[in-house]
Amino acid sequence: MTGPVLEAREVRFAYGRSAPVLDDVSVAVTPGRNLALVGESGAGKTTLLRLLLGLARPTGGAIRYDGRDLAPRDRALMREFRRGVQTVFQDPYSSLDPRQRVSGIVSEPLRSLGLLDGVPRDVARARVAEALRAVGLPEDAAGRYPHEFSGGQRQRIAIARAIACGPRVLLADEPVSALDVSTRVRIVDLLAELRETRGLTVVMVSHDLAVVAALCQEVAVLERGRIVESGETAQVLGSPRHPYTRRLVDSVPRLP
Amino acid sequence: MTLLDVAGLTIRTGGRDLVSGVSFSVEPGGRLGLIGESGSGKSLTALAVLGLLPPGMTASGAVVLDAPGAGRTDVLGAGERRLNRVRGRAVSAVFQEPLTALDPLMRVGRQVAEPLRRRRGLRGRALRAAVLAALEEVRLADPERVARAYPHEISGGQRQRVAIAMALACDPALLVADEPTTALDVTVQADVLALLDGLVAGRGMALLFISHDLAVVARVTERVVVLRDGRAVESGSVGEVVRAPRHPYTQDLVASARHLDRALDWRTP
Amino acid sequence: MTAPLIGEAEAAAPPARRRVPRSVTLLTGCVLAGLVVAVAVVSLFWLPYAPDDTSGDRLMPPGLPHLLGTDKLGRDLLTQLMIGARVALEAGAGSVLIGGVAGLAGGLVAGFATRWMDDALSAFLDILIAFPTVLLAMLVTAARDASLGSAIIAIGLAMSAIVARLARVLVKRVLAQDYITASRTSGTSWPRIVVTHVLPNIWPTLSVNLALQFGLAVLAEASLSYLGLGTPPPNASWGRMLQEAQASVFIAPAGVIAPGVLLVVLVVGVNLIADGVRDVADPTRRRTR
Repeated sequence: MTGPVLEAREVRFAYGRSAPVLDDVSVAVTPGRNLALVGESGAGKTTLLRLLLGLARPTGGAIRYDGRDLAPRDRALMREFRRGVQTVFQDPYSSLDPRQRVSGIVSEPLRSLGLLDGVPRDVARARVAEALRAVGLPEDAAGRYPHEFSGGQRQRIAIARAIACGPRVLLADEPVSALDVSTRVRIVDLLAELRETRGLTVVMVSHDLAVVAALCQEVAVLERGRIVESGETAQVLGSPRHPYTRRLVDSVPRLP
Repeated sequence: MTLLDVAGLTIRTGGRDLVSGVSFSVEPGGRLGLIGESGSGKSLTALAVLGLLPPGMTASGAVVLDAPGAGRTDVLGAGERRLNRVRGRAVSAVFQEPLTALDPLMRVGRQVAEPLRRRRGLRGRALRAAVLAALEEVRLADPERVARAYPHEISGGQRQRVAIAMALACDPALLVADEPTTALDVTVQADVLALLDGLVAGRGMALLFISHDLAVVARVTERVVVLRDGRAVESGSVGEVVRAPRHPYTQDLVASARHLDRALDWRTP
Repeated sequence: MTAPLIGEAEAAAPPARRRVPRSVTLLTGCVLAGLVVAVAVVSLFWLPYAPDDTSGDRLMPPGLPHLLGTDKLGRDLLTQLMIGARVALEAGAGSVLIGGVAGLAGGLVAGFATRWMDDALSAFLDILIAFPTVLLAMLVTAARDASLGSAIIAIGLAMSAIVARLARVLVKRVLAQDYITASRTSGTSWPRIVVTHVLPNIWPTLSVNLALQFGLAVLAEASLSYLGLGTPPPNASWGRMLQEAQASVFIAPAGVIAPGVLLVVLVVGVNLIADGVRDVADPTRRRTR
């Protein structure tokens, strides 16, 4: 049994002296087990994701990567962390620079992480092509601009960017909620597939319990900045113990 | 008698058909869902029914609204004055984002009072009582406080309830709801759907419900029309369409929704 | 993923065709502005008369030997017009260079600033914008001398505040986009983010504004010259020509029409170029037909 790859330990986050957005929150990402952070708007899901991404620092507690506390000064660790933890956003329109070609977008993490230093151009091109292929996009997509693609395809480009540097964890903020139902299913399938083929563990913020159930093995339910229930998805959503979780599960509209 | 009759509705802009030849009708008290993905033309169809198509778009075909007390109106051919008389009394609407439907600089109570004052001619104490009654009817917990608040001071769910209260203020014969719960949290969505369901049933109002979410549409309507790329590809009762879709597109749509829905089946082994 | 991507593929636009995009706007702008540039270049090598030659009769109508006639001091109008073209281009380009560089730098700093720093910088820019250009020009002139250079510095400084305020808003808007966050999570340094994401995305709007500022700078130089704060005689500026010819507009209309027309040609030309460049540079606006 390996330890968690990414972990929030008794994390607290507050703006100034106002009431904390997150209070004593602990979650652990086990390799190979996709985790969903579930809750309503204002519950602190997105803030927790930002902390896990290293975009903000917790006011209390710690974020740990590979068993080590994240410290912005530790450059070697931060580089390893940046390479190991990548992200996908909700809005496939805002997440791609409209003035860059797909090749530039997908190769950006590689360049920023210094993985292309001294690498011949055709090798770099091959890595972009490989990432595009992995997300089901044609190779000639590399030379095109984001606006030439549909929402679902854009989300695939964003996923290609995230997996290009071979990360271990993918943090995704509502990755499919802006997409049409049929596209949604395909992106969920793609993320599930990437777990199988690349050992990529997905940590997803979502309010859509169906998507959570389809993709994640584990769930943590947040309510007003605290985790009220967590564990196996089937366990938590199938027989919820906390009243809030129960209400959440009962609210999901079902097909007749 | 038919309350709303849409026949061969075509909406075009810049030589392109965004909606082509869509027909459906709603009986008094009936409930119809328009379902489709982005770009299907469902929202444009809703706007055409309200006579609110954006400039630069031309509509052909017929949209006839025949509400008791408001007379027969050819919505596409009617002038703005005639439409203004129809809106509110014969038909009113609730949209996806309640924050943009409300004036940010006006207290909620005054916004709800506006249609009551104009259409029902209420003043003073009677108007105040009517506003509170309207807010109470949409089951807002503390109507007095909400009436005094500005839109940004209340939650998204509360705002949508206020928007519903405003839409219902003049007892319209038809309520058009365009993705009214898409921006809301799941638990709030469930509450608002239950509210809409109850209000529409209680008043014998007709409902035209637009959504991309099959399960949500199935929750509140009886019949559905499936739109794709501006065309109606299938229509029928909710049960029929969800259980035995005929058109390949609907089959794909239902299969996708089913695929995700099935992931929630814990209890059934 | 072997399943065909139904739905996704349909909504996609057809692949763009690679070719140099042609823009009528850009071409027209180049022709108009090029006309003025050509006149200015010629003036460096050849002038019909010396700039301070007052040998002609006063207020002569267009004809020979003075093609466009003369002004109230008997100077040749064509000569003045040609020198004016050079002055106008120098004033416009110089001010835009100063205003653009200083404004962009200020805008970037303010765009990245948060909370009280941002408030302080915004307040400072507002004060600078409210400060009259004429007063600024007088200060610069007092510190230096009454010359085209002083006028350009004054106009450029005034312009930088306006450009900075626009750039600040544009920078903030770009920084709020998810692709910036994505870039940060890959460890991209801020300078690199500015170069690869921020500048390319604010440039379309900024360049159009700079073109507009170019036109305004030419006009501003004209009014400063009139007040004796700009180009000193014998070098002529179109603005001073316009103002000097005002009194005799009914007797000798050529004195007003000629610089007026060229001023409009230059300003319109530069604006068209800016529009055209934006259209060509922006992949989402590129016409593929």
